[in-house]
Amino acid sequence: MTDLTAPPSRYTFRFDRWAPALLLAIALLAYVVIALYTGQSQYLTVDNLISVLGRSIALGITAVGQTFAILVASIDLSVASLISAVSVLTSVIMNGNPAMVIPAVAAALALGLVVGLINGLIITRLEVNPLIATLGMSLIIQGCLSAFVSNFAGSVPPEFQVFAYGGFGSLSYSLIFLAILAVAAWFVLRHTRFGSDIYAVGGNKDAARVAGIKTARVTIGAHILCSLCAAMAGLYLASRLRSGAPWIGNDGVYDLESIAVVVIGGTILAGGRGGIWGTMAGVIIFSLIDSIFNLAGVDAFAKQVLRGIIIVAAVAFYAVRSKRLVA
Amino acid sequence: MTEQTLPQADRRKRQLPQINPVYFVLAALIIAIIVMNPAFAEPIGYMNFLKRAAPLAILAAGQLYVIVSGGFDLSVGSVITLVVVGSSILSNNDPNSTWWVIATMFAIGAGVGLINGLVVCYLKVPSLIATLGMMITLNGVAFMWSGGSPRGYLTDQFRFFGRFNIPDLPLIRILPVALIVLIVLGFALYWLMHRTNLGRMIHAIGDNPRAANLAGVPVNRVRILAFMISSLSAVAAGIMLGGFAGVSTDVGTGYELQAITAAVLGGAQLLGGRGSVPAAIAGALTLNAIFTLLNFLGLPQPIRQVVQGLILIAAVAVAMQRRKHTGR
Repeated sequence: MTDLTAPPSRYTFRFDRWAPALLLAIALLAYVVIALYTGQSQYLTVDNLISVLGRSIALGITAVGQTFAILVASIDLSVASLISAVSVLTSVIMNGNPAMVIPAVAAALALGLVVGLINGLIITRLEVNPLIATLGMSLIIQGCLSAFVSNFAGSVPPEFQVFAYGGFGSLSYSLIFLAILAVAAWFVLRHTRFGSDIYAVGGNKDAARVAGIKTARVTIGAHILCSLCAAMAGLYLASRLRSGAPWIGNDGVYDLESIAVVVIGGTILAGGRGGIWGTMAGVIIFSLIDSIFNLAGVDAFAKQVLRGIIIVAAVAFYAVRSKRLVA
Repeated sequence: MTEQTLPQADRRKRQLPQINPVYFVLAALIIAIIVMNPAFAEPIGYMNFLKRAAPLAILAAGQLYVIVSGGFDLSVGSVITLVVVGSSILSNNDPNSTWWVIATMFAIGAGVGLINGLVVCYLKVPSLIATLGMMITLNGVAFMWSGGSPRGYLTDQFRFFGRFNIPDLPLIRILPVALIVLIVLGFALYWLMHRTNLGRMIHAIGDNPRAANLAGVPVNRVRILAFMISSLSAVAAGIMLGGFAGVSTDVGTGYELQAITAAVLGGAQLLGGRGSVPAAIAGALTLNAIFTLLNFLGLPQPIRQVVQGLILIAAVAVAMQRRKHTGR
């Protein structure tokens, strides 16, 4: 569908690429304007901006993984249940004992690995639509989890709470962790064979297969990364809540919100186009929107209404220019 | 092309999978339920089952329109919530208000579907995101409208459609109004999908939107209609659910996924081009039969979730393998 007669020159302004940055600038501008307008300029410090970001670390970690799933033209709806399961699993294994931190983290990552592997196998070997496969997986995980626990379970020792609460000054460890994770994801996507395979498979699976890429392995790999990220988000939330809550994932709507964030960041649901920095911009936009509502004193219900409209508007912001017929 | 060279036996084999397997599954489940609980074979047993399944069946039939046209409609659950909460506020316990309240609800539903369709067609937002945004927005609207804690109740006139049984009939003894509504709406949706040009155009769009466009199908108009039909069916389901569910802000939660599950159980192909209204209704009945069976087995709620998940994956996996074998 690209215009073959006029290949884009290196210096032309490419709207798709800059749309997330533009949206981010708009959100930042709105934040500053609202803060000045309501006379709350004390919120315009760097420290405050960092604390704004600190509120969406779990979403950010999940969204990094979701980016991989969506880039490979898949989707993962099981992240929310996995987050709940991991947060309960780790806090039950740790049970306040600092010596159990490493086994608990290992168990959490192993659970993520297994769930991602099963998701990937169902999608590639059984050829089940990813939406259905991961939705089914989500029901299975949530069902297994609520069969065992219905309230806060276990406790997280202070040594592990450092992950969520410690930091250098106002810069928390978890925020640094998210930044490192994003850079690592960027490196994998841009500079490794696996990364370029993901774009190839997401862009055109048949073409990728003909080109000799083992498409099933790439899809499974993307799902494993996605579930591993969700497991890490679960670890973070366990550390933050100091205990495992079986409802934490679904309460945060991490499945749908992470998808929304990835799409707002300019990664297209059909796969093969987008990237990690767009997703990061999407996460920041989301947390800025929340802060703007708080500054403006919007009531909780109106906040939800506006949130829905903003998600659609943000995606429309660049999608409206596409000439696709497919919805 | 190769059809002519196929031996006779092979061709007969190819004709076998013509009947949708969902009907066999449904029949097997119903037999299992009757074996577990013979009371189910009595009219009261199966009529109550059909009454409870009716809202989901209508919802699944409506959702099928959007699925066949190649999209998803995640907003139907929130439409149900809005209908139940809104009706209880609007009717204000006044029995005479029933008809205009219902008319208003259908108008709201048409508006929601129209907006969904316009956003998808003209703003080019993927339907997953567009209807997700609508879901979040409508849930917020339901909260705002009711101030967070819905009060009041629905009048008996309003509850008539979901709750009332026509008593003292020969042979079947009772006939729920919900079943009549299901048969009427189900037939209307069947006719629209499988006997009219609109239905053919919806199939064409889901199969290949570009080809449909080149063949002269007004893609946007048809797609918007599909979203409107889905939302209107959600309003109908909401009115019926209002008959036996209480007024709360989470009446509709989860119904969007159940409707998609039901349509998929009925063999609908996600991302469009294939689906059948009777099979989607059978899918909804199957899903409810599974829940009923698990109830009789005395399994707790979490196990139901696990089983639902397993069945969902298995249904699609089996359908995919069949499609590969039959080459269709």
